[in-house]
Amino acid sequence: MKKLMTGDEAIARGAYEAGVSYASAYPGTPSTEILENLSTYKEIYAEWAPNEKVAMESAIGASVAGLRSMVSMKHVGMNVAADPMFTWAYMGVNGGNVIVTADEPGMFSSQNEQDNRNYAKAANIAMFEPSDSQECIDMMKAAFDLGEEYDTPFIIRMTTRVCHSKSIVELSERKEVTPKEWTKNPGKYVCLPAIARKLKVNLLERMKKLAEYSETSPFNRVEAGDTSVGVIASGICYYYAKEVFGDKASYLKLGFTNPLPAGLIKDFCASVDKVYVLEENDPYIEAFVRQQGCECIGKELFPAMGELTPDVIRECVTGQKAATIEFDKEKLIARAPSFCAGCPHRGLFYRLGKRKDIMISGDIGCYTLAAGKPYSAMDSTVCMGASISLGAGAQRAFNMKGENRRVVTVLGDSTFFHTGINSLINTVYNKSNTVNIILDNRITGMTGHQDNPGTGYTAKGEETTAIVIEDLVKAIGVRHVFVVNPNNLKEVDETLDHCLAITDEPSVIITRWPCALKKFSKEDKAEFDSLFVTRNKVVSEDCIGCRACLKCGCPAMSYDKESKKVTISRSMCVGCDVCSQICPKKAIVKEG
Amino acid sequence: MTKSILLVGVGGQGTILASKILTNGLMEAGYDVKMSEIHGMSQRGGSVSSQVRYGEHVMSPVIEKGKADIIVAFEKMEALRSLDYLKPDGTMVVNNVEIPSMSVITGDEDYPDDVLEEIQKHVSAKVVDATALAREIGNERAANIILLGTIIKAMELTEIDWDSILEANIKPQFLELNKKALQVGQNAVNA
Repeated sequence: MKKLMTGDEAIARGAYEAGVSYASAYPGTPSTEILENLSTYKEIYAEWAPNEKVAMESAIGASVAGLRSMVSMKHVGMNVAADPMFTWAYMGVNGGNVIVTADEPGMFSSQNEQDNRNYAKAANIAMFEPSDSQECIDMMKAAFDLGEEYDTPFIIRMTTRVCHSKSIVELSERKEVTPKEWTKNPGKYVCLPAIARKLKVNLLERMKKLAEYSETSPFNRVEAGDTSVGVIASGICYYYAKEVFGDKASYLKLGFTNPLPAGLIKDFCASVDKVYVLEENDPYIEAFVRQQGCECIGKELFPAMGELTPDVIRECVTGQKAATIEFDKEKLIARAPSFCAGCPHRGLFYRLGKRKDIMISGDIGCYTLAAGKPYSAMDSTVCMGASISLGAGAQRAFNMKGENRRVVTVLGDSTFFHTGINSLINTVYNKSNTVNIILDNRITGMTGHQDNPGTGYTAKGEETTAIVIEDLVKAIGVRHVFVVNPNNLKEVDETLDHCLAITDEPSVIITRWPCALKKFSKEDKAEFDSLFVTRNKVVSEDCIGCRACLKCGCPAMSYDKESKKVTISRSMCVGCDVCSQICPKKAIVKEG
Repeated sequence: MTKSILLVGVGGQGTILASKILTNGLMEAGYDVKMSEIHGMSQRGGSVSSQVRYGEHVMSPVIEKGKADIIVAFEKMEALRSLDYLKPDGTMVVNNVEIPSMSVITGDEDYPDDVLEEIQKHVSAKVVDATALAREIGNERAANIILLGTIIKAMELTEIDWDSILEANIKPQFLELNKKALQVGQNAVNA
């Protein structure tokens, strides 16, 4: 049966067909839909882990115990998971194990665009790079079979365009895999130094065998054609190259890219007049080609950042751009993403942004949008969980410099569970005095509403223990803990005043209100009174057109230049009441 | 020959459903199809686009600047923003809708009142009032399917059995509305 699938859907399908039984992940664009799709197969146990390291370790455990297992993450997630991953490579698998990394050339939803192929090389882990959805399925299946044959985990390196592009795939039946037996085997699974030294020998030996496989792998193939130009490409770049060069070039399409096939590359380079290496981000293949003594054209011509889309390649190679319609770009207005109508972050950031003499240490989530107008309420963002620890360092530095500046840290509920919790332990243990705000919107929002340890539900939708953030924070040793409704500006202000006045201890403010886009659970409906069932409207006669309310940055509001009045969209407003508290004339009222 | 269709709009306007139905129809009709979308930050009221390419054998899933055979813009400003993706002799369909961005709402920028004129200066764009047409047939939210109808007509894809594609992708209670919307869209570019 034929079907149109995204790369993410196809990875999940490939896992299903390969007989995978266990999957874990932490959400992250563009990888999130992999586990979301895995969770729809009843044959696969799928879970959201609090972070990528935990996900990786759980998947390792399932493999050691004898099941085919996998873990998926966005590129920066692999930094978190790298610790177990490097040693896992030494151990080798029992049930096959695949690690999917979704890289982001172009940084559409990421803080950097690191090239995770470098991880495969550094950790000595075999790697596939699919070019389309069918290859996602085929490579998943091959990775499990080969991984068990060669005793190695596999990395599958995706990029945004492979993850989120749809192409046609052919579906097959699931392969029933007999679980492997677990036997006590410390010589393989207990990485003490003496054992690890032996395992490293095995690892290097395995890479030699995999290098031989790479030479004859069906995923590395030459498409001989016009010999004036040779193109070496992997992943989506293969199709970009075909788009540009068509049949006017020969191709070496690389799908199995660690270890790379030295012989195949040398033969290919010798068969053509000149060689272009087309790859996004780092010169990973190019460096290897040069190491083999082959001449090639790579990053001296093609950019080392962003996507290498056909127009980019075309311009680099020919110096020419396609004819386009030129228009007056002055007429364009920016359309950056913004907080949704009813977003529970709005009230907090509207007030926090007005505070003087503070530094706001931010984190990764929807709330990172508070860095922009109209809030300008974020001064740093690095990585998941960094807000609290970066804030502690900055606060200590301000204190040591004798400055009165206070540090306020902000992060979401899921980000707190991810790695923020370790940072808060540090804050308490090392006697910091930061004000720490946990934006508890009862869901993992930015990536599209995944459950997390605080929501009370698993990835499969089963009820589970909901971890109560205030109890956890108190258990860590924070004595000043406040739970507030972020839509109540007075409550927000008073709590901020109170916590900023505590100068010798850390405090935690939990702003608790569900994401307006969330599918509310029965617990949400019980806890939160009149959850987005009302609307706000402007009483036109009372509106003086001062536009103060617009500074809360709500997309449901607009200003009519002719009538000089503000209006609120009935279809968008969910009655959060933030705007009505700002209006100096009390011209914004509730309606049922 | 590979054809390229670009759908642009604002998060929440239904470009994704429209492109899903379009690509499924193209696949059923025997074409090779690829589609590319960027998810993530763009969902929060930002600009969104779906790139659809079909033909005998499609290579790149992304459309290059100056190479779209047709652009269907669900919003005026997004039409202008995408204009340099259109082939100089390509077709532009614009939904006559203005959605202010946050910079407009907060008063940092003004939404220019001559966006359509700027577009018309360069291409003879077909302006459709899909939201109003959708309201006429009973639900504003069907505007996306009306705009899909304009693509089907303009790209001469009317032979495909769209009713059965709609049946497979639309909830039964909205089926009749969307079938009607698809027809309204086709008629809108006839006129």
